[in-house]
Amino acid sequence: MSTFAQSIISGLGQGSAYAMLAVGFVIIFKSTGVISFAQPALMAAGATLVSYLVFQFGLGFPAAVAVGVLVLAGVGLGLERVALRPLVGRPVFVAAIVTLGLDTAIRAVTNRFIGPDLRPVGDPWGYDRLELGPLFLQHRYLAMIVTAAIVLAALFTFFRYSRVGLAMRATAFDQETSLAQGISVGAVFALSWALAAGLATLAGVFVAAGSGVSQGTWVVGLKALPAIVLGGLDSLPGAVVGGLAVGVVEALVQTYQPVHAPWLGGNFSLVAPYVLMLLVLLVRPYGLFGTPEIRRV
Amino acid sequence: MREPGVSGAVLAVNNLEVVYNDVMLAVSGASVEVPEGRIVALLGSNGAGKTTLLRAVSGLLDVHRGAITKGTVTLDGAEIQRLAPARVVRRGIKQVMEGRRVFAELTVEENLRVGAHVSPRGIDQGLVRVYELFPPLADRRRATAGYLSGGEQQMLAMGRALMSDPRYLLLDEPSLGLAPRLVEQVRDLIVAINQQGTTVLLVEQNASMALSIASHGYVMENGKVVMDKPTEELMADEDIREFYLGSAGEEGSGSFRDVKHYKRRKRWLS
Ligand SMILES: Nc1ncnc2c1ncn2[C@@H]1O[C@H](COP(=O)(O)OP(=O)(O)OP(=O)(O)O)[C@@H](O)[C@H]1O
Ligand SMILES: [Mg+2]
Repeated sequence: MSTFAQSIISGLGQGSAYAMLAVGFVIIFKSTGVISFAQPALMAAGATLVSYLVFQFGLGFPAAVAVGVLVLAGVGLGLERVALRPLVGRPVFVAAIVTLGLDTAIRAVTNRFIGPDLRPVGDPWGYDRLELGPLFLQHRYLAMIVTAAIVLAALFTFFRYSRVGLAMRATAFDQETSLAQGISVGAVFALSWALAAGLATLAGVFVAAGSGVSQGTWVVGLKALPAIVLGGLDSLPGAVVGGLAVGVVEALVQTYQPVHAPWLGGNFSLVAPYVLMLLVLLVRPYGLFGTPEIRRV
Repeated sequence: MREPGVSGAVLAVNNLEVVYNDVMLAVSGASVEVPEGRIVALLGSNGAGKTTLLRAVSGLLDVHRGAITKGTVTLDGAEIQRLAPARVVRRGIKQVMEGRRVFAELTVEENLRVGAHVSPRGIDQGLVRVYELFPPLADRRRATAGYLSGGEQQMLAMGRALMSDPRYLLLDEPSLGLAPRLVEQVRDLIVAINQQGTTVLLVEQNASMALSIASHGYVMENGKVVMDKPTEELMADEDIREFYLGSAGEEGSGSFRDVKHYKRRKRWLS
């Protein structure tokens, strides 16, 4: 029983990183109609920047995370303006290919800064554990869950009540009508990229917490893909649920599959999110929360 | 809200030519003037170029791969045809697009708030004005806009445009698809909005409705303005009565009188 509860907690912790990434994907998709494959590279770049801010520039961990998120948000804004905006009106797959190119380029630059080894991000948690009766809960997972909850609540409030958040929702629904209300749709695109890059940075820090960021870290970013398909491409709550589900399934498979179903192989936990995704798609072709008719730009 | 009929201020389309996709000529040499304080009607059959002319004014041609190849749009003499849509809105020109286009997933009040995007300080005042003009919207302010009836959606689209208190309202076929009773209601609302000081350029296929409230009318055909007259003269014109009011002869004079009657009633009310 306690093993089960522990897997759930660590799954939710890991899953909150996927959720941050998935929410970024969905924000960009909803406002621009493009799936940005640059998210994994931005995640690694953000975590790397935080690492440098802590160890080369002597910032405290929370300050480094805040600065890292802001800087990467600026980078996202710039990327959209320079690389994506000129493609507005062209087929969306052209833009998607461009984001793949961006991913490769950002990763190449980031890898230089990471170097060959694991680079810690300066988090205060390490592998410390909290003993709660029979449970051993890792500090970092608790911190991730709490941080993700706060960030998501803030995002929800922003989209629900603020003038700019409302403009973003309107633009996601109908660009031309939004233009007719005086909304600058270009600014909405740029802001979507900024939010997504900021969230990716946070996800990168989560993923690297405990161990560190390496040249292989960006692969974790790809796990947001089954998460968004699972939740429904155009649904923010779907992205959160999808991200958490992927984290939990992964953790449960890691815990139980080697004992109960060893014939599935040694790395089945890597495949499990995709299996879950396919199962959900069989029942709900548009994901758990997606809308059947997905609007095109 | 401002005084109607202020001196000489005018929104003008001058010798406009618009091309879609670099080849398809949709408007050629059209000129239209909308003096401040008035209701001006723009009539014409399907594909005449009415919507295209409105898009040229509000800066929405880009979205449709259209471009102005000749002519200008001026507001009080200053050229505005190169401005981005957001700038045009800030100058006080707001278009209500054909087909209402409410944000169906947002609530009624959220739709209205989006309408005040360029003037967030005026939200409270705007909401009061819109709910006063359109009481059914006040009752349903928390309802999802997609579930409103067609008439309510038209009110919402017009209310949303009014939220930034525009000087000029460009209405594209507001009566489209509405039952006769609702058409009448929309007509009364346009008059009310105009009396509060907003100038209206009214695009309609329902000519009798439009001419019953406009002071001046234009008729477009194949991208050109083919007629440009005060409403009284338009309504007396045989061609107009035959083709647009659909009412030559006995029956026609009946509906013609109805229109006149409405105008008189309107004057008593004001
Ligand atoms: N987005 C577009 N791309 C290409 N051609 C267009 C586009 N929109 C309109 N047209 C063409 O331009 C011409 C004028 O169309 P427009 O929509 O302005 O007419 P309209 O008077 O508003 O007609 P309706 O009463 O049917 O709304 C038509 O021939 C139409 O086919
Ligand atoms: Mg039209």
